[in-house]
Amino acid sequence: MGSETMLEGWGRFPRHACRVVAPRTESDLIAGVLSGGSAIARGYGRAYGDSAISKTQTIEMRHFNRMLSFSARTGELEVESGVLLGDVIAAFLPRGWFPAVTPGTKFVTVGGMVATDVHGKNHHKDGSFGNFVIWLDLVDSQGKIIRCSRRENVELFEWTIGGMGLTGIIIRVCFRLRAVSTGWIRQTLIPVSDLSSSMDVFESSGGSTYSVAWIDCLSSGAKLGRSLVMLGEHAGASSLSTLERKDIFATSRKRRLSIPFNAPTFTLNSFSLRIFNSLYYWHGRRSGGDSLVSWDSYFYPLDSISHWNRIYGRRGFAQFQCVLPLPHSRAGLSELLRAVSNSGQGSFLAVLKRLGDENKSSRFSFAMPGYTLALDFPINSASLALLDRLDSITLAHGGRFYLAKDSRMTAETLRLSDTRSQEFAKLRTRFKIRSCFASAQSTRLGL
Amino acid sequence: MKKGSLLVLGGRSDMGLAVAHHFASLGFSIQLAARKASSGKDKILYAHKSDIELRYNVPVSIFEFDALDVRSCQRFLDNLPTLADITVCAIGLLGEQQRDERSLASSIEVMRSNYEGPALVFTLLANMYEERGHGTLVGISSVAGERGRASNYIYGSAKSGYSNFLSGLRNRLAKKGVHVITVLPGFVASKMTEGLNLPVRLTAQPMDVAIAIERAVWRKRNIVYVKPIWQLIMLIIRNIPEGIFKKLKI
Ligand SMILES: Cc1cc2nc3c(=O)[nH]c(=O)nc-3n(C[C@H](O)[C@H](O)[C@H](O)COP(=O)(O)OP(=O)(O)OC[C@H]3O[C@@H](n4cnc5c(N)ncnc54)[C@H](O)[C@@H]3O)c2cc1C
Ligand SMILES: NC(=O)c1ccc[n+]([C@@H]2O[C@H](COP(=O)([O-])OP(=O)(O)OC[C@H]3O[C@@H](n4cnc5c(N)ncnc54)[C@H](OP(=O)(O)O)[C@@H]3O)[C@@H](O)[C@H]2O)c1
Repeated sequence: MGSETMLEGWGRFPRHACRVVAPRTESDLIAGVLSGGSAIARGYGRAYGDSAISKTQTIEMRHFNRMLSFSARTGELEVESGVLLGDVIAAFLPRGWFPAVTPGTKFVTVGGMVATDVHGKNHHKDGSFGNFVIWLDLVDSQGKIIRCSRRENVELFEWTIGGMGLTGIIIRVCFRLRAVSTGWIRQTLIPVSDLSSSMDVFESSGGSTYSVAWIDCLSSGAKLGRSLVMLGEHAGASSLSTLERKDIFATSRKRRLSIPFNAPTFTLNSFSLRIFNSLYYWHGRRSGGDSLVSWDSYFYPLDSISHWNRIYGRRGFAQFQCVLPLPHSRAGLSELLRAVSNSGQGSFLAVLKRLGDENKSSRFSFAMPGYTLALDFPINSASLALLDRLDSITLAHGGRFYLAKDSRMTAETLRLSDTRSQEFAKLRTRFKIRSCFASAQSTRLGL
Repeated sequence: MKKGSLLVLGGRSDMGLAVAHHFASLGFSIQLAARKASSGKDKILYAHKSDIELRYNVPVSIFEFDALDVRSCQRFLDNLPTLADITVCAIGLLGEQQRDERSLASSIEVMRSNYEGPALVFTLLANMYEERGHGTLVGISSVAGERGRASNYIYGSAKSGYSNFLSGLRNRLAKKGVHVITVLPGFVASKMTEGLNLPVRLTAQPMDVAIAIERAVWRKRNIVYVKPIWQLIMLIIRNIPEGIFKKLKI
């Protein structure tokens, strides 16, 4: 069974005709895995490129979406892997719990968060999502369900966290939530005039739980990298004003806007980007300082606009995200930003973040101590050329790439950027899973 | 928001579960009744229980109930720890028309599962609700029951009987404080229709059905089409003269 469907990632590029199945039971899922032809799990499809796409068998996890148990003593939550992060928040924030690590959207599955070992704005402090995973159940190539943790099947555990679905199908995950006393974040906005000052703020604000910077990536020369650094802390109940106290977990519902159609590509020329960027910058400058914002608008500002990926038009867009090791960050980031600024391609969102230590329980996780930069570009020949240029700058500075965002890198680029990729390919051969679990991306990248 | 309790007959059905989620989100406690539930081996059913409990912080209990096991029906109802404020019956069996035409055994199963079982359990429940003096009974019937068509008249005729039964029950209980709702969902993307090529615009999601049911309960609606377009479609289909209708392929 299963139907032929066009699939794409959040960037809407590339698209492939795939055989898609959505098993309802463990035994159906296992039968699918055993049926031959390489398979890959698909969560909510929020990876930008072709990570969750297999032409021969894409296994949608949407029926595995039940929460199984919770301990209010330890904060440990056991769920099926297709449960949405947004649903976890909806259920547990009113009881004083929040994800210990969250990406910039709540529309992701727990399985997808494990497979990409998601990092958040608190990576410098708390590390990645995998740090909070206690155990996971994996369907392997033999159709067996294997419990993996830091104590049992350790090797499989470590390659599964950040392993992009290439070790098997995660069906259950137990992970720890963090206790919070409110759903409000005390945000500090710090406008800075260039990249160096932005990095200085990051380096001196290591004590802040959350930090991230938005970069105006069209400014150049002395203003290269001028940005808004945003620091955040969970607000304590006593610091709320009477208004917020009425809604202590900030869970009252908001309306969602929607982008109903494919916006024409010309709405995003560098001119409108320039306006967008400078408005953002000046707004921050005026209202700089402290403010209380709800968890939803702090962590998930884009979630309030459904289908915002459509503003890039039908051709889709690519996201570039690399991390540069700390000693090379300053030089590497300036070179990257200069290349972007010179190209006039702009970027709707340029996000800079300081990452902390590598996840010791992952063998293939993206993060390393240093700076990560993320940029979006509409797909066209000029931007694709620029992306190749950004790849080589990253390579020259010893950086590597986030596979959850990649849609077009070459196998050679991956090989040069990350020696672990050869090790992973070898392990996949040794475990005889290379032909069993593969995505369009892993095939493209020779994993 | 008024809190209360909801009983779902056919507690494993996609629509029944959507109704359970929706009412649980409003604070209702939930009773799920499904066949082959008592063995405790049904991991999925128990996963649904923990899921609803964790998401909405309401109690969920599971009961064994097979609508075709008529003799145990009263016992099942008597054993419920509380008589729910609202009961939704999501039991149904689509069958396979072409097979069922040639097999009395499978025809019987379709007829009983869509009419006899659901109608008999409501017969008993209606009396209990009548005695109590309040309650809402929600029967999920089908637009297929509005007019028999070659492609599904065995299923359709049983739904037709069920719709008629609900109509009569509503009439009988209207002055007794008990409200009866007939739901005609149209196409719904569920386990029942998985693999069928349903037109997107005419197809509702199980949660749409749940929301429509909730509204119908508060507003005391009688007959509910989930997608309004189906009301129009069925109006047309009902009014095609039989001489023409019998030659159509729809
Ligand atoms: C607006 C936006 C903001 C984002 N911000 C961040 C961020 O701040 N930090 C960050 O780290 N990421 C971020 N991401 C990326 C996102 O967190 C990851 O791509 C995540 O994996 C998406 O989850 P998903 O359920 O949609 O997975 P999918 O996109 O469906 O799949 C992603 C990968 O996970 C694998 N996978 C999914 N489910 C399973 C499973 N059950 N078993 C095995 N493998 C599985 C897939 O095979 C695939 O390789 C962002 C994405 C968007 C769209
Ligand atoms: N899907 C549609 O397009 C559509 C359209 C119109 C009307 N409907 C009606 O909507 C209702 C819900 O259906 P659905 O779409 O949610 O499909 P579903 O998931 O297949 O649900 C039907 C449920 O009925 C249960 N059932 C069948 N016979 C039973 C019996 N003897 N005792 C107890 N339970 C029994 C099944 O239980 P098991 O899981 O144990 O088999 C199943 O869970 C049905 O009445 C259906 O006829 C559906």
